[in-house]
Amino acid sequence: MFNVIESNMIVPNLHLLTLEAPEIVPEIQPGQFVILRAEQDGERIPLSISDWDLEAGTLSVIFMNVGVTTGKLAALKPGMQIPTVVGPLGIKTEIENFGTVLCVGGCYGIGSIFPIARALKELGNRVISVIEARSNYLFYWEDKLKQVSDQLLYITRDGTKGYKGHVRRLPQIIQSVGSKVDRVIVNGCSLLVKLSSDVTRPLEIKTIVSLAPIMIDGTGMCGVCRVSLGETTRFACVHGPDFDGHEVNWEELAQRRKMYFNEESVPLQTSRCEEHAEKILAEHLNLE
Amino acid sequence: MSDQPKKKLDLSRRDMPKQAPEVRRQNFDEVPLGYPEATAIAEAVRCLQCKKPLCVPLCPVEIDIPGFIKGIAENDFAGGVRVLKDKNLLPAVCGRVCPQEEQCEKGCILHKKGAPVAIGRLERFLADWEATQGEPEIPAMPAKTGKKVAVVGGGPAGLTVAGDLIKLGHDVTIFEALHEMGGVLIYGIPEFRLPKAIVKREVDYLQKLGVEIKTDFVVGKTRTVESLLKEYDAIFVGSGAGLPWFMQIPGENLNGVYSANEYLTRMNLMKGYLFPQFDTPIKNHQRVAVIGGGNVAMDCARTALRLGAEEVQIIYRRSRQEMPAREEEIENAEEEGVIFNYLTLPLRYIGDENGWVKQIECLKMELGEPDASGRRRPVPIENSNYIIPMDAVVCAIGNSPNPLIPETTPGLEVGKWGNIKADEQTGKTSLDRVWAGGDVVSGAATVILAMGAGRIAARSIHEYLTSS
Ligand SMILES: Cc1cc2nc3c(=O)[nH]c(=O)nc-3n(C[C@H](O)[C@H](O)[C@H](O)COP(=O)(O)OP(=O)(O)OC[C@H]3O[C@@H](n4cnc5c(N)ncnc54)[C@H](O)[C@@H]3O)c2cc1C
Ligand SMILES: Cc1cc2nc3c(=O)[nH]c(=O)nc-3n(C[C@H](O)[C@H](O)[C@H](O)COP(=O)(O)OP(=O)(O)OC[C@H]3O[C@@H](n4cnc5c(N)ncnc54)[C@H](O)[C@@H]3O)c2cc1C
Ligand code: SF4
Ligand code: FES
Repeated sequence: MFNVIESNMIVPNLHLLTLEAPEIVPEIQPGQFVILRAEQDGERIPLSISDWDLEAGTLSVIFMNVGVTTGKLAALKPGMQIPTVVGPLGIKTEIENFGTVLCVGGCYGIGSIFPIARALKELGNRVISVIEARSNYLFYWEDKLKQVSDQLLYITRDGTKGYKGHVRRLPQIIQSVGSKVDRVIVNGCSLLVKLSSDVTRPLEIKTIVSLAPIMIDGTGMCGVCRVSLGETTRFACVHGPDFDGHEVNWEELAQRRKMYFNEESVPLQTSRCEEHAEKILAEHLNLE
Repeated sequence: MSDQPKKKLDLSRRDMPKQAPEVRRQNFDEVPLGYPEATAIAEAVRCLQCKKPLCVPLCPVEIDIPGFIKGIAENDFAGGVRVLKDKNLLPAVCGRVCPQEEQCEKGCILHKKGAPVAIGRLERFLADWEATQGEPEIPAMPAKTGKKVAVVGGGPAGLTVAGDLIKLGHDVTIFEALHEMGGVLIYGIPEFRLPKAIVKREVDYLQKLGVEIKTDFVVGKTRTVESLLKEYDAIFVGSGAGLPWFMQIPGENLNGVYSANEYLTRMNLMKGYLFPQFDTPIKNHQRVAVIGGGNVAMDCARTALRLGAEEVQIIYRRSRQEMPAREEEIENAEEEGVIFNYLTLPLRYIGDENGWVKQIECLKMELGEPDASGRRRPVPIENSNYIIPMDAVVCAIGNSPNPLIPETTPGLEVGKWGNIKADEQTGKTSLDRVWAGGDVVSGAATVILAMGAGRIAARSIHEYLTSS
């Protein structure tokens, strides 16, 4: 059992969860993830590690509440426990002194790009962090990112902060940076990492993306996490989750992620809505 | 033969009752129901109690077979259990899944008469009888030696090592990557063949003996073998053969194409058949093809039927004779209505506009000259291509050892297929204080061979720990 130390919603629908996992924490490297179960009968889901504290033996994940398991995780309170936290899984993000690196994060990726930016900064890179959101109230961890970046830039879809638009603005940002950009690293939802790769391809800048296919075990045993890179198939949980964004077969990845769309909505309909509907019905009957 | 049978031979091998095919297709309960007591005794009495039994040498762990059968024949079940468990830690498991027809029963003197004693069914009977007798007794434990052993992997190999070493007074901790113990017994072999409660009971017993269990712990990731060596006197690696093979043909990454491991894990470990009570979904496909001809393929095909598929086809590139699955499992699958396509090779999977598999293109084969293994090699018949409509494919063509531990353990030697190299007599690897055994050494094999390898390694580890 793993203790919940901290749990709160940091911006609408994005949750921060800090867990006590003293055996895992000393091994964590930037870009790795853990697999969690929210309860005994629960599904195993992967979440990127956004930060950790060696002394306290704790790690933090940031996640969007999109379904059954993330819903259960979002409802946790300090002092509660969950049955599974396993990791650190996956291969760490490649960190060297590249020169100038653009660290792009959106959604939960604003959190998971942080340890990557920090490690790059420690090795002497010029780190330019770019975070993206629908609107300015959806940004978080800006101070943390500022501390490990030479520059922190914003993109908002509604123009409330920084550049207006989407990551399609990246080429413009890259131009404005002044010096040659040696590498782009992107964390966040599938659309964000794909669009970023699309726009850096013509610029011929190596672009590393963290992929999020469906996973079960996270150890290379089931193969559900396979992704195609050109002609080769890789298991994202053991060969990734980082891959060269210019090689990924995005169409296949998008299709594979949708594999359980129909089923995933079943528990939402049955376990929540019906319950809710029954309650309303009962109240209604009481009134009569 | 010195021990010529004197009494009149009883050549009627007793059948074990089974759930009827049309019923069992609809449920996930165990298929064979076990011998009733009277049948077990009648079967046990058939054993000739040979002085030089031919069955025992063919048992990988050398169970005293006539010894435990005598217990049943004489109505001394407790005595029989003691003989059985002296050599086999997991009789309830082995009684169900061991290929006895290839081992002990093949050696049985009555095999020549076409009616070998049903050793496996008797083993199962005794183990199940014991389970009804309340808590198993905890044997008197020796004084602690103060030595610490780490066991990597909670499958049959690891469980055997842990059981043997804890009884010799060493401290044992098992590290298991998944959230439940048992290895393939839990995530692979389906409930209808091996009820999970049986595995759980055995694991609970080890815990009662004092074995410490750490699930959710991936050696090589959470901690490396090197790091464990600082804290433990010896390490046994029994991490199995968990890396699924695909055929490397076009369309394999379409939605609806699974590895057997994924399909079975969703179903067994994650309890997909109880979705949405359990959270992990599994699809109820209508037409399912399973590629392969081993036990794993049979398990996938029979699982698909139980999930409600209208049609399940096995696609196997050789003929029925060459199929590696146990005869009993092939028969079960046939009875349940699985369709077998022999001498058939899948060439590619064809998808629909949403990326779901909808057809398989296959090629017909014929048997040619024998290959290195002595089996006749399948050769393609030209222009025999044809297409079958399917909405799911389960690829059950084999597994090799997971590279995670070798990759993170400098100095650990591996063979061509990524299997860890270990001495056959001792289980010692190329690294000091590190032993290995089971599927990770042999490649995908059997439960009893994994247990046998565990026993050998445990003996060698004990020798090392008590001599230093
Ligand atoms: C390496 C990796 C790191 C990730 N890091 C983060 C993170 O830091 N923060 C975050 O919010 N999300 C992250 N994700 C995605 C996250 O795992 C899914 O959002 C989560 O599994 C959804 O589960 P659910 O039960 O709440 O929703 P569901 O209703 O079950 O699913 C919603 C959608 O999430 C995806 N999904 C479902 N099950 C899985 C699964 N077992 N594995 C992966 N994806 C699945 C599917 O595309 C699905 O359509 C990561 C995924 C991977 C592979
Ligand atoms: C579907 C199926 C059906 C089968 N049917 C039969 C049958 O009828 N009869 C028969 O005799 N055999 C059968 N087998 C084969 C048999 O199950 C295996 O040979 C046997 O389980 C091997 O035991 P093991 O202990 O070596 O490995 P496993 O049972 O594979 O156990 C290895 C364990 O190690 C864990 N592990 C792996 N890597 C790590 C790591 N890095 N850190 C921590 N833990 C790790 C795994 O999660 C797993 O729990 C079948 C196999 C399958 C897949
Ligand atoms: S099982 Fe067969 S070979 Fe073994 S002792 Fe009995 S009769 Fe002899
Ligand atoms: S999650 Fe099972 S192999 Fe990657």
